[in-house]
Amino acid sequence: MNKSLIGVIALAVFLTACAGKKVKEEPAAAVEEKSPAAQVQAPAPATGMDESASTASAGASDASGNPLTDPNNILSKRSIYFDYDKDEVKAEFRPLVEAHAKYLQQNSNARLMIQGNADERGSREYNLSLGQRRAAAVKNAMNVYGASDNQIETVSYGEEKQRCAEATEACYAENRRADIVYSGE
Amino acid sequence: MSRYLFIIFFWLLAMVPPAAQAELTIEIVGGASQQIPIAIVPFSRPGQTDALTPVIAADLQRSGLFRTLETRGVASQPHDLAEVKYPDWTALQAQALVIGKIEPLAGGKLKVSFRLLDVLKQTPLAGLEYEITPAQMRGTAHKIADVIYEKLTGERGVFATRISYVTKSKGNRFVLQVADSDGVNPQTVLSSKEPIISPTWSPDGTKLAYVSFEKKKPIIYVQSLTSGQRSVLANYKGNNSAPAWSPDGNRLAIVLTYGANSQIYLINADGTGLKQLSRSRGIDTEPVWSPDGKWIYFTSDRGGSPQVYKMSTLGGEAQRVTFEGSYNVSPYLSPDGKLLTYVRRESGKFRITQQDLTNGQVQILSDTAQDESPSYAPNGRQILYATNMGGKGVLSVVSSDGRTKQRLSEAGGDVREPSWGPWVN
Repeated sequence: MNKSLIGVIALAVFLTACAGKKVKEEPAAAVEEKSPAAQVQAPAPATGMDESASTASAGASDASGNPLTDPNNILSKRSIYFDYDKDEVKAEFRPLVEAHAKYLQQNSNARLMIQGNADERGSREYNLSLGQRRAAAVKNAMNVYGASDNQIETVSYGEEKQRCAEATEACYAENRRADIVYSGE
Repeated sequence: MSRYLFIIFFWLLAMVPPAAQAELTIEIVGGASQQIPIAIVPFSRPGQTDALTPVIAADLQRSGLFRTLETRGVASQPHDLAEVKYPDWTALQAQALVIGKIEPLAGGKLKVSFRLLDVLKQTPLAGLEYEITPAQMRGTAHKIADVIYEKLTGERGVFATRISYVTKSKGNRFVLQVADSDGVNPQTVLSSKEPIISPTWSPDGTKLAYVSFEKKKPIIYVQSLTSGQRSVLANYKGNNSAPAWSPDGNRLAIVLTYGANSQIYLINADGTGLKQLSRSRGIDTEPVWSPDGKWIYFTSDRGGSPQVYKMSTLGGEAQRVTFEGSYNVSPYLSPDGKLLTYVRRESGKFRITQQDLTNGQVQILSDTAQDESPSYAPNGRQILYATNMGGKGVLSVVSSDGRTKQRLSEAGGDVREPSWGPWVN
């Protein structure tokens, strides 16, 4: 509980930070941890907390009864963002990935699709491959958190489904993304 | 110049059949240092405007190897050999002269005849006749331009070839089209609400292989350009993409992921006999065949950054081909196998680059910043690619010596994913 709460706070802070224009492209860390298991906890930030998010926890449901669509639930958060030409699932997204993995574990009939995307720069085919690798990285992380293979499908849209169309760093960052979509949504 | 093209453009618009899409317009920049001055006399045709010579002139100009001369002020306007007064053309400083005529035949057909003359030697270089329907006018003009080009440069022309590309309209409709090499006369091959990428020509020019997302995932299709019939070539788990025909047309190299890293596979053109070719822990994609069918060149990030590698079509170890820069993708070989073009990222700009495989020399050919998908013309003299101008996807052509650049742009939406088709006869 405590662990997931910290994760929710970390995510809320990140999303709040993302709500503006920014999302700067940062150089990848000199040493990036490949094993998702090694970094389960995101660092808990001290400021910018969204108070509604802090009351939610993975698996809890809202009045309508669906935790996947309850905006206060981390399960309603569906996007994982990546650095340029990278496919590592960064620490701040581990709680989100873990929450979905746990949901799959607890709901054996649930199925989801992870859709990998890339920004528009460079080769379409290479970006298609990169999007696939991003989707696979999220799937692998979910597997580590206990989700079973047959509940997860991956697909890549490469640079073909741009959420943001401008040629700016902020847009590129928004498009370097994997989205989680549950079956039936 | 631009007014001239403008006029051609609108004349052509009037000519296209109703099913055709918007035309691509052309802008030309630069040219070879030694251009052949050529005079083309409008072909006579009673009661009608000359439809052929503007197309011939535009073709020759686009190659960058010719300078077409204004002939309207010249006193003699010959259509037959007997009417040619060489001093008129010497005075115009023409090296070559093209004359011809269009005559009506029974059944609505036309007879087109032309002659290419050497002004300095005062001798005919070529002369041909064509019996055509009015709809074959532009195609005939391209064929005549090819004859002129070959006689005067010693190389086979590519004006009568076709190109394929994908347009994306503002309403997010993706249309795979095939057009003449000058972007005119587009025909729709496939229209879809989902993206279409990587169209590529079979070596005989009768089919296109492409990747369509219409089933919400990338699947490879092969479609006949004559019958319009199509079939699924590869629909395996994960991505199916980057098709490339073998030179004999019997097989394709494709890229499959099975859920993880892209790897290169070979498959028969009928979809049978799938086998894995590359085995790496990185992304292997964008395969192309060497003209002798012995090598696959491809993009791989196995060494950390995406670079061009090659490996035998029989399998085995891959060898790295590009060494400079941290991003070299989308390889394509010249028809003689001696030149390799690809996209290089340098200082945040993505540019068409050419590497001489015999001596390793590398040259950046384009001056644009977001270049993609280069492919050589069948004679290797030009490279067709996609780029971005003012936020819009456009097609560009650069000569392989880097001297002549042209832009083909459609009035409406984005144009991307070009591929230059083969010679068909």
